[in-house]
Amino acid sequence: MNTSVVRLHVNGHAIERNVEVRMLLSDFLRDEADALGVNVACEQGACGSCTILLDGVPARSCLAFAVQVDGADILTIEGLASDDTLHPLQEAFRDHHALQCGFCTPGMLLTAYEFLSRHPRPSMNEIRRALSGNLCRCTGYQQIVEAVHDAATRPVPRAANGGDR
Amino acid sequence: MSGSKWVGQAVKRVEDGRLLTGRGGFVANHQVANLHHAAILRSPHAHARINRIDASRALALPGVATVLTAEDVGRMSDPFVNITGPVRYYSSAVGTARFVGEPVAVAVARSRYIAEDALDLIDVEYEPLPAVLDQEAALAPDAPILHENLGTNLCVRRTFSFGDADKAFAEADVVITEKFRFPRYSHFPMETYGVIASYDPAARLLTLWANFQGPFIIHTVIARALRMPQNRVRVIVPGDIGGGFGLKTSMYPYMVLLGLAAMKAGVPVKWIEDRREALTASSSHADRVTYMQAAVRNDGTVLAIRTRNIDNVGGYIRTPEPANLFARFSAMTGAYKIRNVQLDLSAVMTNTSLTGPVRGYGGHPLYFALERTMDLIAARLGLDPAELRLKNFIQPQEFPYTTATGGEYDSGNYPECLRRLLSLARYDELRARQRAARDEGRLVGIGLATIVDPCVTNIGYIALAKSQAERAQRRPMSGSGDVGVVRIDPNGDVVVLATSVPQGQGHETIITQIVADELGVPMERITVLAQVDTLASVWGITTGSYSSRFSSVGASAYAMAARQVRAKALKLAAHFLEVAEADLEWKDGAAVVRGAPDKALPLRAIAGAAHWNQTSLPPGMEPNLQATYVFNLPTSRPPADDDRANTQNVYGFGAELALVEVDRTSGVVRILEYCAVHDCGTVLNPSHVRGQVHGAVVQGISGALFEQMRWDESGQYLTASLQDYLMPTAMEAPEIKMDHVVTPSPNTVLGSKGIGEASSMAAPVTIANAVADALAPLGVTITSLPLWPDTVWRMLREAGC
Repeated sequence: MNTSVVRLHVNGHAIERNVEVRMLLSDFLRDEADALGVNVACEQGACGSCTILLDGVPARSCLAFAVQVDGADILTIEGLASDDTLHPLQEAFRDHHALQCGFCTPGMLLTAYEFLSRHPRPSMNEIRRALSGNLCRCTGYQQIVEAVHDAATRPVPRAANGGDR
Repeated sequence: MSGSKWVGQAVKRVEDGRLLTGRGGFVANHQVANLHHAAILRSPHAHARINRIDASRALALPGVATVLTAEDVGRMSDPFVNITGPVRYYSSAVGTARFVGEPVAVAVARSRYIAEDALDLIDVEYEPLPAVLDQEAALAPDAPILHENLGTNLCVRRTFSFGDADKAFAEADVVITEKFRFPRYSHFPMETYGVIASYDPAARLLTLWANFQGPFIIHTVIARALRMPQNRVRVIVPGDIGGGFGLKTSMYPYMVLLGLAAMKAGVPVKWIEDRREALTASSSHADRVTYMQAAVRNDGTVLAIRTRNIDNVGGYIRTPEPANLFARFSAMTGAYKIRNVQLDLSAVMTNTSLTGPVRGYGGHPLYFALERTMDLIAARLGLDPAELRLKNFIQPQEFPYTTATGGEYDSGNYPECLRRLLSLARYDELRARQRAARDEGRLVGIGLATIVDPCVTNIGYIALAKSQAERAQRRPMSGSGDVGVVRIDPNGDVVVLATSVPQGQGHETIITQIVADELGVPMERITVLAQVDTLASVWGITTGSYSSRFSSVGASAYAMAARQVRAKALKLAAHFLEVAEADLEWKDGAAVVRGAPDKALPLRAIAGAAHWNQTSLPPGMEPNLQATYVFNLPTSRPPADDDRANTQNVYGFGAELALVEVDRTSGVVRILEYCAVHDCGTVLNPSHVRGQVHGAVVQGISGALFEQMRWDESGQYLTASLQDYLMPTAMEAPEIKMDHVVTPSPNTVLGSKGIGEASSMAAPVTIANAVADALAPLGVTITSLPLWPDTVWRMLREAGC
């Protein structure tokens, strides 16, 4: 068994584990970093459910080995809300009925979150394109797109360190 | 009813708090001590004898606990029961593998990684056999036979005749004859199957955690296969399921397989299906060949239909099949007054993966043939397709209406729905737009479908697979019951126990709305537990999340349980206030003396007395304040001696329209407009309804244009990854204009029907009709799906385009 020490920052917490080199990042996050909100739906890199932010960029955690991203800063769905307060994007999803079973939702939220940070006032079509790497089988997408469009108009709360969340 | 403050409102969901923050209770997140992990070795052959399985190398791998082989399965379990009889279907191949992906062995190890390593070390000796993949080829005299003990690949064939179709065909002005093919695809959810199995040998109790849509009849099937009493097979369904769409009714073979693996391993075992496995060997609806004939008068009246359906159920027929043929039996004539019907229904086995209930269950191929035929009739007679449908519709004053096949349609206003659709779509303008486009040489088409949405299966339907003489030998089956439990705790808070676990339909929220209205309490005072435990929950043989039953019979059960609680509370209040019951009314969660609003007892106080002061209750009254209600529909009768059967109980309606353009050069079909008008009876939550329609329309469009499960001529499965099996993204999903008509159902307590399956059945043929309309000037007709660009391109070339 070939193992290696992996050090990551997950949702602001430092994690250090000695794991098999073939361990997928998605399994590392779920089994070693308590990030059970990372939902694995294909392990083929096609569906986007396992999307996390890797050094601020959306990435499919099922397509990386944990050792490959040693040292990285990772945001999972568990890091989006602040204590008991939902992020405006999460609130918008609830307001617009943008989730049914919720399995694609963490990946969908993180993709939308990063997209809105770069495109503050997107059109509906731009949102569709941005989310086209996240499959959903329940909603038919319309209410998700409406939620993201609405969330773009809501004020973004300041994080504790003064930066936008 | 104390007034609809919550029901009918777009209330935000109570489920969302946990799902938005990654706290969903999906089965993969469930922890059990000493958990081991399983990986499944699957047949690489479509048809092969299994001569030898040698797991010795796998067992020697460090970290491997055991290997369960096909031989173990054959020894430790019985074949699954099925109404058609002798096909021996186990949770793994036993002796012979009959489709690519069929389980052959299970490795159990400390991690999924090691378990998969172990699979590479299991040696299996296969002897490949010829495979047959198409249902008509499987019926040919020289076809390879899958099950020697049956001697044929035909598992059931029944014919039916209602009215006098022969006379109608003899008298018809026009007869339309066509052959249709409806493809194999499936509504694969984002979350795959997951099972955790743990066996306690001291108690002889098997516990299975699974994201299962049951329990319904399937729990008995599981227990019998394991040769265990039902009360020793504890199935627990965790509170969140990531989509089901019917597929998770058919995961029971894996529940048994993992149960056996846990028994052999002596440790708890977890298996999470991966995407490749899901696409290859989970479940799908049967693909169908339909030979259709319609007898028509020149004025457009459809006098009769003759339908021969040949369904491909895969390598083994498995319960509840052949329901794909019979579940929608009551609605074979759809929304039309067709009184003369001949049916010839067959289920055939081939070396493909297995089938079962999927959203719409038999409805999509049914309406594909029927609604395509209506358009063919319209084209032949030079009638507008909407006019033709209006002419043949069951009229609003004719409800309740009994169909030729015994369906008891409860309520509806089909002409109003269609008129609203045409108005919403601005039909005349669309036709003008089409004419202008055609003048420019563009291929623009408009397609319609008008379908009845049959909801709430009557379990009696499956007996239609047997003749009346055979049925007379067996206990009749009937019913559609669902269970609601409402409990008021000692402090006056409300608990509702749901008896099926939804897969995204928002049942917790709807139940909260219903009970809040019935008891007049705020939604925050109600906790709904939607988790099933076959030992701890009250459930019945029809309880489960399938056939759109929740919003109709489910909702009825919860409403009735709440009403019983309210009735008991009133009785108690009358007793304590020393007034007559007739002098009390229930208002805002309290029993109030009419005309004396200060003389009131709130629910909290009544519950307190019922719990804390048990001996003060009226004589004969039980302590506690709770009710269990099992709601069944009296329309769920067994099939009649003449084979008429009300196979569903509550009937909604959907009318959908698409405007499409076909690109001459590439064959790509673009959807320019999509409209839907539905009647799901009383609307419980409008944003849920909108979500269900959007989701089902996109799924139906995908079946028409993108998704197909495919095998090559040797039976190798070709669509085992999402790169090959195309699911629609946000870019492919159209915006849908929607409207509603409400004709409450007289059968359900709140008048609600179902909504989840309608568009799944309507959208594929809506697209097919639109493309056919677009290509009509070229003389091309559409009789099968999917309409991939290269398929359409070929049609265009053959038409000289």
